[in-house]
Amino acid sequence: MIEHSLNDLTIFVLAIFVGYEIISKVPVILHTPLMSGTNAIHGIVLVGAMLVLGGADTTLARVVGFCAVVLGAVNVVGGFMVTDRMLQMFRKKSGPNEP
Amino acid sequence: MIHTTSLGAGIHFAYLVSSVLFILGIKGLSSPRTARSGNRLAAIGMLLAIVATLLDRQILSYTWIVAGIVVGSAIGAVAARTVTMTAMPQMVALFNGSGGGAAALVSSLEYRHLIQAGALPLDSGISILLGALIGAISFSGSIVAFGKLQGLLPEKAVTYPLQQVVNGLLAAAILVLAWMVLNGSGGNHAFIAFLAGSLLLGVLAVIPIGGGDMPVVISLLNSFTGLATAATGFALHNVVLIISGTLVGASGTLLTVLMCKAMNRPITNVLFGAFGAAPSATTSRAGGGAAAVAGKPVRDVSVEDAATILAYARKVIIIPGYGLAVAQAQHALREVADLLKARGVEVVYAIHPVAGRMPGHMNVLLAEANVPYEELKDLDAVNPEFESADVALVVGANDVVNPAARHDSQSPIYGMPILDADKSKHILVLKRSMKPGFAGIDNELFYDPKTMMLFGDAKDSIAKLAQTVKAL
Repeated sequence: MIEHSLNDLTIFVLAIFVGYEIISKVPVILHTPLMSGTNAIHGIVLVGAMLVLGGADTTLARVVGFCAVVLGAVNVVGGFMVTDRMLQMFRKKSGPNEP
Repeated sequence: MIHTTSLGAGIHFAYLVSSVLFILGIKGLSSPRTARSGNRLAAIGMLLAIVATLLDRQILSYTWIVAGIVVGSAIGAVAARTVTMTAMPQMVALFNGSGGGAAALVSSLEYRHLIQAGALPLDSGISILLGALIGAISFSGSIVAFGKLQGLLPEKAVTYPLQQVVNGLLAAAILVLAWMVLNGSGGNHAFIAFLAGSLLLGVLAVIPIGGGDMPVVISLLNSFTGLATAATGFALHNVVLIISGTLVGASGTLLTVLMCKAMNRPITNVLFGAFGAAPSATTSRAGGGAAAVAGKPVRDVSVEDAATILAYARKVIIIPGYGLAVAQAQHALREVADLLKARGVEVVYAIHPVAGRMPGHMNVLLAEANVPYEELKDLDAVNPEFESADVALVVGANDVVNPAARHDSQSPIYGMPILDADKSKHILVLKRSMKPGFAGIDNELFYDPKTMMLFGDAKDSIAKLAQTVKAL
């Protein structure tokens, strides 16, 4: 069990460095989409919710698991869609706007 | 048997591909050209992880899972399609709260699962408690942040006597409960009390933070939910949860630090300083500066004069603030900018890092109004340009152009980097009234002899400016 956790810890520490490296290059103008995009990515907790709901054996556990799946799905779908909506607005100088 | 193992390996491989897609997706967000495809890559990674999980052999029944995904997706999709860009910060707060709530519930179920299996190993126990604690704080904190931004809760910092002591005692109680859960002496009641205490801590921690600091709070809570997700990943030994949660945790932390730097305030001051608690108190704290300018006359200007000054300028720098977004005047402002450009005036937008209610919010609002992103300049790029500008047009911005931040060490915003609007030849301020800004501080720029004030609703004033410039 402990080896398992140390494995997890290794991945965790490496992910911190990767996260820091890829994010420090994002320009200020994209900070809001970055925030809502990463917000969507932590919706991956949906996967955890699916796993615990899949193993639920009592009504209470099913209800709690169901709520977790709903919340996770809101986070994922809402997060990605709203980020896409914002990003489609960012454009370069386009023809019709040019005087 | 061989079949199940190969299926298990397949799921792990899918999780690896998902993690890579998340990393590539965030990388894509580093440029406006690739941002949209980056977000799509991450979404594909998410879809892959979800489909792969459905194949997991631990899953006994699919009905509830599929129903939950359908319900959640429908809610998320409707919310994402209908939200206005101005309301984006509270939307992100809500989505973030959902993720945090999910992490807390997953941790709770995993706790129950292990207890029923007979033992709570120390490493799993710690992961579960962290997931529940951080997830619950993120959930309730995000909801309070949503309430403040939406105007359902008082926007000002809510303070009461012994606030820090109360929070400290609550944190200590949570620690004791955690210890009782880990050594098994508390049972289920201790876990439930732990969860309830965490939820309460989330509320109490965000309540004393003023509306102006909500961008920092949302950014921080975003990283919290990431870390809560990573903690549930530890509890479930699920690699994709650990990697994605940590990526978000790291990014949220970095963004939070960047925002605090942009305001020149340490994170502890944002979280515990109760900034903008009572307007009267802050004004008096502004001390010398405010007292010196109070009673000084401000120069009122007519729409015609304002339009003439803009139309005959060579270079205009527009400083948009949140007031612009509240008045929904971005489109009208862009029209004025287009008219000026047609007359040969050089126009750029100066965007302060904390303009709007979340980092980069103003950029989104202007992008929505079809302002090309090349015209949006950040603080460092634009500040040297003010000296050569004929007009600084301040629309709905206040604290980010207050020169007191430069010289008045008594001012609460002292040290915050500001846009040097006062260095341009003329300053034209569009403002509803002389009411102080978000931070409740008087702005000496408004009393500057070079400053002209055009009072009224921003949208109204800008529409009139457009008409008048057109007629010139």
